[in-house]
Amino acid sequence: METMNYTFLQAIWFVLWGLLWAVYFILDGFDLGVGTLMPFLARNEQEKRVMYNATGPFWDGNEVWLIAAGGVTFAAFPYAYAQMFSGLYVPLMLLLFALIIRGVSFEFRSKVDNENWKRTWDFCQIAGSFLPALLLGVAFANIFRGLPLDETGFNTATIIGLLNPYGLAGGLMFVLMFVMHGALWLAIRATGDLKTRSENLAVKLWPIQVVATVLFLAFTALETQLFGNYFLYPFLLVILALPVGGLVLMRTWMGARKWWLAWGASAAYIGGVAAFGLGGIFPAIIPSNPNPGNSLTIMNSASSPLTLKIMLGVALVFVPLVIGYQFWAYRTFAHPVGESDIHY
Amino acid sequence: MDALMLSRLQFAAATMFHFIFVPLTLGLSVLIASMETAYVRTGKDIYQRMAKFWGKIFLVNFALGVVTGITLEFQFGTNWAGYSAYVGDIFGSLLAIEATAAFFLESTFIGVWHFGWNKLSPKAHCIAAWCVAGASNLSAIWIIIANGFMQDPQGFVLRNGRAELENFADVVLNPFAWYQFFHVIPAAMLLGGFFIMGVSAWHLLRKNEEEFFGKSFRMAAAVALVFSIVTAIEGHAHGNHMSLVQPAKLAAMESHWKTQKGAPLYLLLVPGETGNALEALPIPGALSFLAYNDFNAEVVGLNDIPEDERPPIVLTFLSFRIMVGLGTLFPLLAGFGWLMRKRIQQYPLYLKVLPWVIPLPYVAIFAGWTLAEVGRQPWIVYGLMRTSDAVSRVTTAQVGFSMVTMCVIYTLLGVAGIWLMTNIARKGPAVLDEK
Repeated sequence: METMNYTFLQAIWFVLWGLLWAVYFILDGFDLGVGTLMPFLARNEQEKRVMYNATGPFWDGNEVWLIAAGGVTFAAFPYAYAQMFSGLYVPLMLLLFALIIRGVSFEFRSKVDNENWKRTWDFCQIAGSFLPALLLGVAFANIFRGLPLDETGFNTATIIGLLNPYGLAGGLMFVLMFVMHGALWLAIRATGDLKTRSENLAVKLWPIQVVATVLFLAFTALETQLFGNYFLYPFLLVILALPVGGLVLMRTWMGARKWWLAWGASAAYIGGVAAFGLGGIFPAIIPSNPNPGNSLTIMNSASSPLTLKIMLGVALVFVPLVIGYQFWAYRTFAHPVGESDIHY
Repeated sequence: MDALMLSRLQFAAATMFHFIFVPLTLGLSVLIASMETAYVRTGKDIYQRMAKFWGKIFLVNFALGVVTGITLEFQFGTNWAGYSAYVGDIFGSLLAIEATAAFFLESTFIGVWHFGWNKLSPKAHCIAAWCVAGASNLSAIWIIIANGFMQDPQGFVLRNGRAELENFADVVLNPFAWYQFFHVIPAAMLLGGFFIMGVSAWHLLRKNEEEFFGKSFRMAAAVALVFSIVTAIEGHAHGNHMSLVQPAKLAAMESHWKTQKGAPLYLLLVPGETGNALEALPIPGALSFLAYNDFNAEVVGLNDIPEDERPPIVLTFLSFRIMVGLGTLFPLLAGFGWLMRKRIQQYPLYLKVLPWVIPLPYVAIFAGWTLAEVGRQPWIVYGLMRTSDAVSRVTTAQVGFSMVTMCVIYTLLGVAGIWLMTNIARKGPAVLDEK
């Protein structure tokens, strides 16, 4: 009975862990997407500033979901945290450096009226948005595929090993997802010409996203064991309703010019992709490939039952609270960017 | 150099750099929220302008604090996998609680605060300011509780080859953590006070916006005075408690070699890693008294601590003296400013000195953390786990790469950030009218 409870607790934490990553992808996804799109969409200084301010009030709060996802990995599955982060050392450091220069670019860019100064921070914003999108995709595709873990759980992958075709495909998938999400966000927050261009871009990206999704699923079937759980428990295929439904509704609402709803559908799509991947690796957190016996699972890397229980209490109190005030902040600031909203 | 030493240096560089910005965030956020409160209560525009102006500097500082903090959480996993696996059950949960209970609040409301001047009522905006201030300090509580576990581990049991949580209340109520918290927070407030005093003095000397900077100065002087006294007194209590639980740190910070009752304090002492080069002018019993409030108490000497359990002595010894020396100077400086607050412009020399005082609280805080963290070595968790057992199985090349990249990026950002803050500070509230 005791062990059953413990396994149940671990399973709950697996779901929460996945949920935090999914929320992070959804929220930071659009601001990373907007940053990536800057060189393609902004035609002049004014439009650049609108793009900065379209995500300005939110990016900081969004990024904390990454801290929370990292923190929860540490708290609930410390052993997996230790192996995952030391094993993915170089890509993770690159991700962090990219996020650092991006974060600072928001605050620094507007402070000096000088072309070179602004160009420098624009570069930081763009590189600091594109690289995280790509690296997160590479990292998670490799996790879906399984990392080369030895019998002590130590990850022997090299950066070259991580840049395998499936890893890179995952990177491109993430960039595409985030760019779409960002274009839809600009359709909500920009005005005039920039809004129109963002809308058109989103509409054009859609068929590419559909094809990419199908190809990536096929690639996944070839390269990973992700479908195993779904063959074993076909009812799990319900999860596919999220990404597929998201894709269909995205197009429907784009056609109806309901940009908020289309953005919501894109969020469902991103959440669905994450859920499908994580549902496929369960009960592993980091599957081992080629030796599944070395996988880091919720059983062999979880915290003690007491820590999991206390953390569950904390999560049940604070996560709804966070969602509540972040929702309020989005409602207060997510109107089209006007003259008085240009702070950067 | 091996991956261990590089990882230690990298962590030290990352935390130190992060902690250039954190104390100002902690102190200034409270001061700005107080200015906004004054605005809501009196309706006088000057208070709103004060909040906005100091807020501009605050935002640059805050951005640097946030981005440099992100790497720290992940470094436990990247560089200290052994540590993460061994104490993650306790330490990881504290970091996770910090993120969910405090950091979310802080980061969401900094956006609200920054963008909300025209969108929210003054009262609602003021609440947002207090959310930022409260959340930053709440965040400090959890981080310091986590550090307290490393200093004097409580509430755990060794089971399944790791430290597992046994009693959460013991972890959270760890006296070491709370002594540290009530030392660090007042120190941050005193830093915020001296920061505003220094910038205000620069403008007052130039007779620029005298009402604006006069008000800022008086407010900051009161804060600096109160908190410099609190920091010093509390520091003594913290030291007493530390002496009880970390005898090796006490011995190292005093470079005290021979275990004895009624240990003297040498006014002239040249420390060394294997013994003192010089000991002269003893005050009998003073060390025993300082450490334990008892002239006859026994103080363990380094000779009785195995060599491989001694912290680096000279560094620990010096950091302690720098901290205490500056800690004595602050109440005097702040006290003078507060007493003469109504006619401070009659003391140009004092006003000239104050901008140069701004770096000193930083130096004192750095020395304090060096004492706390270097003095804890060779343990990563005092008495429980050695730093050398905590390091990840990463190569020197990997750590070297990230160390060099990190230092380059941080230095560039730091220089740019400090330059920006100085620029805003020099322009004064006129900066608010720029578009």
